[in-house]
Amino acid sequence: MKQNSARPGFESWGRYPKLDASVVPLNWASDFPLRPPPATRMLPVGAGRSYGDVCLLGHGTLLRTRGPELVGGMDRLLDFDPATGILCCEAGTTLGEILDFAVPRGFFLPVSPGTKYVTVGGAIANDIHGKNHHIAGTFGRHVPRFELVRSDGKLLICSPAQNADWYAATIGGMGLTGLIAWAEVKLRPIVSRKIEYVGIKFSGIEEFVALSAAHAETEYTVSWIDCVATGRNFARGIFMAGEHAKTPGPLKQSRAPKLTLPLDLPEFMLNRRTVGLFNTLYYNKQRGKTRTGLVDYEPFFYPLDKLLHWNRMYGRNGLLQFQCVVPWEAGQSGLIEILKAITGSGLASFLAVLKVFGNVPSPGMMSFPKPGITLALDFPVRQEVSVDLLERLGAITLEHGGRMYPAKDATMTAEQFQAFYPQWKKFAAYIDPAFDSAFWQRVTA
Amino acid sequence: MEKRPFPKAVLALGATSAIGEATLRLLAERGARFYLVARSQEKLNAVAADLHTRGATGVATHAMDLDDTAGHPAMLEAAAKSLGTIELALLAHGVLGKQEETEASYAAAEAVLRTNFLSPVSLITWLANYFEVTKQGTLAVISSVAGDRGRKSNYVYGASKGALNVFLSGVRARMDRAGVQVLTIKPGFVATPMTAHLAQGPLFAKPSQVARGIVKAIEKRRDVVYLPAFWMVIMLIIRLIPERIFKKLNV
Repeated sequence: MKQNSARPGFESWGRYPKLDASVVPLNWASDFPLRPPPATRMLPVGAGRSYGDVCLLGHGTLLRTRGPELVGGMDRLLDFDPATGILCCEAGTTLGEILDFAVPRGFFLPVSPGTKYVTVGGAIANDIHGKNHHIAGTFGRHVPRFELVRSDGKLLICSPAQNADWYAATIGGMGLTGLIAWAEVKLRPIVSRKIEYVGIKFSGIEEFVALSAAHAETEYTVSWIDCVATGRNFARGIFMAGEHAKTPGPLKQSRAPKLTLPLDLPEFMLNRRTVGLFNTLYYNKQRGKTRTGLVDYEPFFYPLDKLLHWNRMYGRNGLLQFQCVVPWEAGQSGLIEILKAITGSGLASFLAVLKVFGNVPSPGMMSFPKPGITLALDFPVRQEVSVDLLERLGAITLEHGGRMYPAKDATMTAEQFQAFYPQWKKFAAYIDPAFDSAFWQRVTA
Repeated sequence: MEKRPFPKAVLALGATSAIGEATLRLLAERGARFYLVARSQEKLNAVAADLHTRGATGVATHAMDLDDTAGHPAMLEAAAKSLGTIELALLAHGVLGKQEETEASYAAAEAVLRTNFLSPVSLITWLANYFEVTKQGTLAVISSVAGDRGRKSNYVYGASKGALNVFLSGVRARMDRAGVQVLTIKPGFVATPMTAHLAQGPLFAKPSQVARGIVKAIEKRRDVVYLPAFWMVIMLIIRLIPERIFKKLNV
């Protein structure tokens, strides 16, 4: 056994940028504040599943509420009331662990992102959203209460009624307002693991908008969109809608995934040709215009969780994510302009997702979602080319009155961020004096 | 072998250790009730809340330093009273120690031996007599593969666990007549706060994986279990290496 002099570097899920920091594991709520306090600034990190630098702090101290591979950490379930569905858990508990507990008891997450390997603390800090945003709003709306611990040891119980300003600042507050020790999440009842699914092929943004309007009452909707195809196939995609099955069915716990991508794939693997081929196969895998059926919740919500470490697909340099929302008024033209910029760039986005955000207000001061259409993309890091494209996409987003998502960002400029989130100065007053992040340094420079 | 009901009344010594806590979670899901002992009341409260949420039918806590052997009988009597009957005693406390310090100072070596050997001896002395009288019970003790052979890199820790293994082997032979299971648990490398400072390789298991092995071994009334099981092969090979070669190796 070798002593570990240099800890393995901590990377965000996008693995870009690469910044060095010391990592301090927090296994118990009582481990924080650190004794003695570190000489550097600090940032809490959960599973490290945000993409860019919102969970990084160069030359800083990362307070990890979960260990690597989700071993150890603050993952205790502190209370559950089946009458209300309110589960209280430590902030390092992952959504997958909540499901393991909740599904056999007939409950489900109120809001679920595209992966279950995020922590509750991270879900609050980024006020995440899911396929039911148009009905349920963001994750923060389903968090009745949490405890915030400041670096001076001060404890703040936050709810819409108690310390309401801290509640609003911490939801979507990117971990900067203090450490979330525990949080309550209001689960919703289900009678089956199964999802009643319908997939509908569409061609063009107009058809996507019409389908979204027709399915405004369907609980979960999301679309995959082909960001490589041009001409006749421009903006083709599959609209996917689902609801929890209403007939009682299996409520057993999910099995742990067995597949892991064991190594970084070479960079050239993901290019315009391979992604274009994948997209054509994926689009044509569904034969008819419409497909319906009963599917399990795992592949419906978390198709990529089946393959652990899928981010290695993008090679050692990592990937850049981009997610924006453009308001309804400018939605269609703005999106078409963004999609044209992408198809024209020659860069291939492998995982492109389109969804309508509803009118349910976000509880967080800095929450990303607002009514409109949201588009999420990722690109392999090809240095200048990718960064240039993303900066341009940011500019188009701004022109159309939209905004970008800090949890998936590594390229937003300070001007862009401050225009997207004009309330940032008000928010800054809530930042813990000992806390900081690489993202915050970048966008407030 | 006769089928016995899985133990429901659990005394957990070192309840806040990573392997201990992971094991207790599995027992909580089976509706066990607990008497938890560890140093920190704050940590005990967190574990107690978690076990309760996961299905424990009762949880009592007792904060004490298990190095304090003089306090053992009173604590164990309180545990027996609280649980009604102790059906399973899980000993999960231990320290790795720093090899360089234990080489340099007897005081450091003694501290490791006190926590890993003398404290369990004191606890097991009381528990063995208790189980012998009640003619039932499972004594499950987390030892280590390190006790199978003294290695240059951690022989004080290894000696504490090796002595524990010998002690348990004798206790098992004595208790067999009373129908008591004595389980020696020998985990290999496990990713826990105790080993967080070591470079983690592919041989490292997760505490939850080891916990599943412990529950299975209790169920099957095993005597000695290596976790994960491949360590049995590794340690067999290591034990077979002649001393004159072993002393030259860097293991």
